[in-house]
Amino acid sequence: MQMMHVSDFVHGKTQDIIYLDHAATTKVDPEVFEAMVPHLQEEYGNPSSLYGLARRSRIKLEQARETVASFIGADASEIVFTGCGTEADNYVIKGTALAKGEQGRHIITSAIEHHAVLHPCQALEKQGFEVTYLPVDEYGLVSPEQVAEALRDDTILVTIMYANNEVGTIEPIAEIGAICRERGVWFHTDAVQAVGKIPVNVDELNVDMLALSAHKIYGPKGVGALYVRKGVRLPPLIDGGAQEEGRRGGTENVAGIVGLGKAIELLQRRGEEDNRREAALRDRLIAGITESISHCRLTGHPEQRLPNIASFVVQYVEGEGILLSLDMEGICASTGSACTSASLDPSHVLIAMGYSHTLAHGSLRLSVGRENTEEEIERVIELLPPIVQRLREMSPLWADARKRGEVT
Amino acid sequence: MAVDFMYSEKVLEHFRNPRNMGEIEDADGVGDVGNPKCGDMMRITIKVDEATGTITDVKFKTFGCGAAIATSSMVTELVKGKSLQEALAVSNKTVVEQLGGLPPVKLHCSVLAEQGIVAAIQDYYAKHPEKTPPPELESKAQYLEKVDPHGWPDGDQ
Ligand SMILES: Cc1ncc(COP(=O)(O)O)c(C=O)c1O
Ligand code: FES
Repeated sequence: MQMMHVSDFVHGKTQDIIYLDHAATTKVDPEVFEAMVPHLQEEYGNPSSLYGLARRSRIKLEQARETVASFIGADASEIVFTGCGTEADNYVIKGTALAKGEQGRHIITSAIEHHAVLHPCQALEKQGFEVTYLPVDEYGLVSPEQVAEALRDDTILVTIMYANNEVGTIEPIAEIGAICRERGVWFHTDAVQAVGKIPVNVDELNVDMLALSAHKIYGPKGVGALYVRKGVRLPPLIDGGAQEEGRRGGTENVAGIVGLGKAIELLQRRGEEDNRREAALRDRLIAGITESISHCRLTGHPEQRLPNIASFVVQYVEGEGILLSLDMEGICASTGSACTSASLDPSHVLIAMGYSHTLAHGSLRLSVGRENTEEEIERVIELLPPIVQRLREMSPLWADARKRGEVT
Repeated sequence: MAVDFMYSEKVLEHFRNPRNMGEIEDADGVGDVGNPKCGDMMRITIKVDEATGTITDVKFKTFGCGAAIATSSMVTELVKGKSLQEALAVSNKTVVEQLGGLPPVKLHCSVLAEQGIVAAIQDYYAKHPEKTPPPELESKAQYLEKVDPHGWPDGDQ
């Protein structure tokens, strides 16, 4: 979703904030930062050059590649570093169109993808490609059967996200992958939200391509990676030098890539423990909020969801108002309300899940992370109900519902 | 640096402490307007002095963003105590100026505030056919995006 974050409107204080927007981005971990710094200073060699200074950069780059590869069960030669998760998704979609446009011009995706997937698909539609946007159920699940039914002889790519960024629903990627494999169609998954939160193994998932991004896992912004299975030949999106084995031109962002490698090392070391803790905080948020606020429900799948995302719709109020009010208390959150999107369209994810335009207005996403504490969660559970009540008292929808006896 | 995506202090202040928030139970005019752009809604209720034709009280209820709430609040301040004719002259531009500006993407919310007042005044004259509305009413009302309060989009599910 084109989620707008409240600090876009207000200068929040940087101290004393309760950060519950980890699905938007995360703070660079101090260990990641330390690993990066030398490559912005004394270790500045260009990895493509010959001398020792450069070779040391190259070695660090390749070590990061190994780390990323082993974390997702891939070979280092199958990892291409990119400028962000969005670039990785674009590379797959536009690259496949270039590689296979002669063979077929049909692509399958879902209605709830991130714009990093939807917009390149729409760009291809303008070039005469046909795109099927698979519907989802009320929980945001794509059905593997529907993928099978949508496959055609001229289908060149299926791209379905591993986990949704707005509602946290985890898609049946392994099943969908098996279907694509059987039909010999390339299968890509946008795993930007999934990596580090749930197991990611490219063989078990039956994927040919997989995109990830560093800044969602306590790494730096502006660094991504794409897994491309051996044998899948994608022409580069960025033509230039021979970097990344000719798959992505441009001098590598060594510091950023080293940061991504370190971020993944940290996931290996502490990811499971973090996820257990975060899932408990998420569950407390879900229980606390749905119990203390009437006409408020969880969005996304109740069980098949990321351990860090609690997402809701709060009826009769608008999300930006909730975000502004939370920001005044130093709490950072997100919404898919139409009022916060540049296009003034409500969240395409909630609409695809069958929510009305009005309900989508009241969407709220709280995503927990490593540094959140139980005290912070309790504080949010305490502060949110009066915020919602105040906004409801201002809402003509609430007044009318009360007159009709629907609410008390 | 362009910071035109941010709200002014004044907007935030009105969001925090909205003026004239509520609904007048025995209102003389009710304006229900909806925002065709993002689907938001505003209800303006007014109390009018029969003899002088002044707005003695005005209240708003708004389902919308921070800018929608702040502009509703500001417009009620601007029209309170004014004659109906003077109130019609309050434009969304004035509301925005009084709030110290709005991000461009939020300008449409101020239009809703202006329309809410127009709709309430129109309703007042509809209920008082014996009175002659000011000539500006007709031209301003033709831009109204009227909503049926009971048929608001999606049945608010
Ligand atoms: C599911 C998903 N895909 C892609 C992206 C884009 O990643 P990046 O911000 O690195 O371009 C994001 C995050 O914004 C995301 O949540
Ligand atoms: S009311 Fe929706 S953007 Fe202001």
